[in-house]
Amino acid sequence: MSASAVVELAEVWKVFDTGGRRVEALQAVSLAVARNEFAAILGPSGCGKSTLLNMVAGFDAPTRGRVLFDGDPVRAPDPRRAVVFQEPALFPWYTVLDNVTFGLRTRGVPVASYRARVEAFIEQVGLRGFESHYPAELSGGMKQRVGIARVLVMEPDVLLMDEPFGSLDAQTRSLMQELLLSVWERHQQTVLFVTHDIEEALLLADSVSVMTARPGRIKKRIAVKLPRPRSLEVTTSPFFNDLKREVLGLIREESVKAAAYGPETG
Amino acid sequence: MLLVWHVAVSRRWVAEGIIPAPAQVARSWYTWIFGSATATLSPYSGTWVANVLHSARRVLEGFLLAAIVGIPLGVFIGWNRLVARVVDPSIQLLRPVPITAWLPFAIAVFGIYDASALFLIGLGAFYPIVVNTTHGVRDTNLLLLRAARMMGAGETTILTKVVFRSALPSIFTGLRLGIGIAWTAVIVAEMIAVKSGLGYVLWDAYYVGRMDICVATMLSVGLLGFLSDRALQLLSRVILKWRTLEAHA
Repeated sequence: MSASAVVELAEVWKVFDTGGRRVEALQAVSLAVARNEFAAILGPSGCGKSTLLNMVAGFDAPTRGRVLFDGDPVRAPDPRRAVVFQEPALFPWYTVLDNVTFGLRTRGVPVASYRARVEAFIEQVGLRGFESHYPAELSGGMKQRVGIARVLVMEPDVLLMDEPFGSLDAQTRSLMQELLLSVWERHQQTVLFVTHDIEEALLLADSVSVMTARPGRIKKRIAVKLPRPRSLEVTTSPFFNDLKREVLGLIREESVKAAAYGPETG
Repeated sequence: MLLVWHVAVSRRWVAEGIIPAPAQVARSWYTWIFGSATATLSPYSGTWVANVLHSARRVLEGFLLAAIVGIPLGVFIGWNRLVARVVDPSIQLLRPVPITAWLPFAIAVFGIYDASALFLIGLGAFYPIVVNTTHGVRDTNLLLLRAARMMGAGETTILTKVVFRSALPSIFTGLRLGIGIAWTAVIVAEMIAVKSGLGYVLWDAYYVGRMDICVATMLSVGLLGFLSDRALQLLSRVILKWRTLEAHA
């Protein structure tokens, strides 16, 4: 398909076999993420959006269809496709600095070549002075910032984010969204961002793919033509509200359908 | 407890000559440690340190042996399903066999030598170490494994930097249980399989009717077991510093 697509899903199906019961998590999902695009996937919980992300990361394989990265099928996790998880997933036995440099150390990158970069990213995500702290000493928001810093220093081709701010309180979440915006606008990294928060998706992304409830399909892809750099104020603009209304409409259709015909709830 | 003991003996609630009074145990223990000023025929005079060193060395050697074999084996059993299927059943089958039941076997194979004692101590300490290590490895958070993989970690890095580190608290539990069993095993082994150490003294003193020395030996073992456990606890607190922080969070 499009030559510039970094991540591409072609007719991807995912079926889980749980105790003899077949659950269709994803149904014929096709999606392309262009280089330097911030793509969001928006859907209700249980729609399979995390499954989708796990397949792009290489944690999970599709039942049918193809998941491509730079034109090659995804087979295993790769540092070029870095993941920010919903839980910070930091190594509790390492300090902030050791967590941030884990990927670099693992791949034997010489310390001298990344020290400055690591310092810059730690500064950018507001963790200066906490380098020698352990994760247990940090707040939820700070932990997640470590989780972001440790993938940014790896300079991956794609950033895969699985509801990274989902477990944070509303205020911290707003701060993190602004932080991510500023970081993204500086580095223009390709991002695939999964969320169930409409405002979050519209605020951050260039495109929002709305997913249906199980089995997950992509119902519609909406281009978010809001000017950048963006800030939280953009969420009060009339154009933003129009987009939000459109997405809400799509989602309401879905939840009504799910409530009426859904074989299961939740 | 000491008071009850003292009163029970002095009031002759217990038969005289069987259980010695605390004060007498203390006196005998003192002589056993420091020797007596006057020449004495007692074989126990001043030999405490030597015997403690014998036992402690055996415990340490057997314990280290158990750790060196048990920790890597536990990691592989916990990590690799094939290893688990091959090795684990044998371990689980042999685990209920008490150390005492191994005595004849050990003596037949290794003779009345240190090797017998080391075998028994090592075997006793091995089980809790291997079982707890396996358990700790299996408990490794899947998310941390995924995080390590997406950052480019290979199998070796994952085993040493993630799985082993994450299993460490559990491994320390195994080590603490193991050292406790090592002290039990050293006494059993020394009673029969070798001719030195606290276990040997205990059995010997019993034969010649020196209950005071028997009790002093028991207290010595208790003290040494307590101290070695404390040492391990201290070590774990230093190594698992991140964990104590978690507990306070």
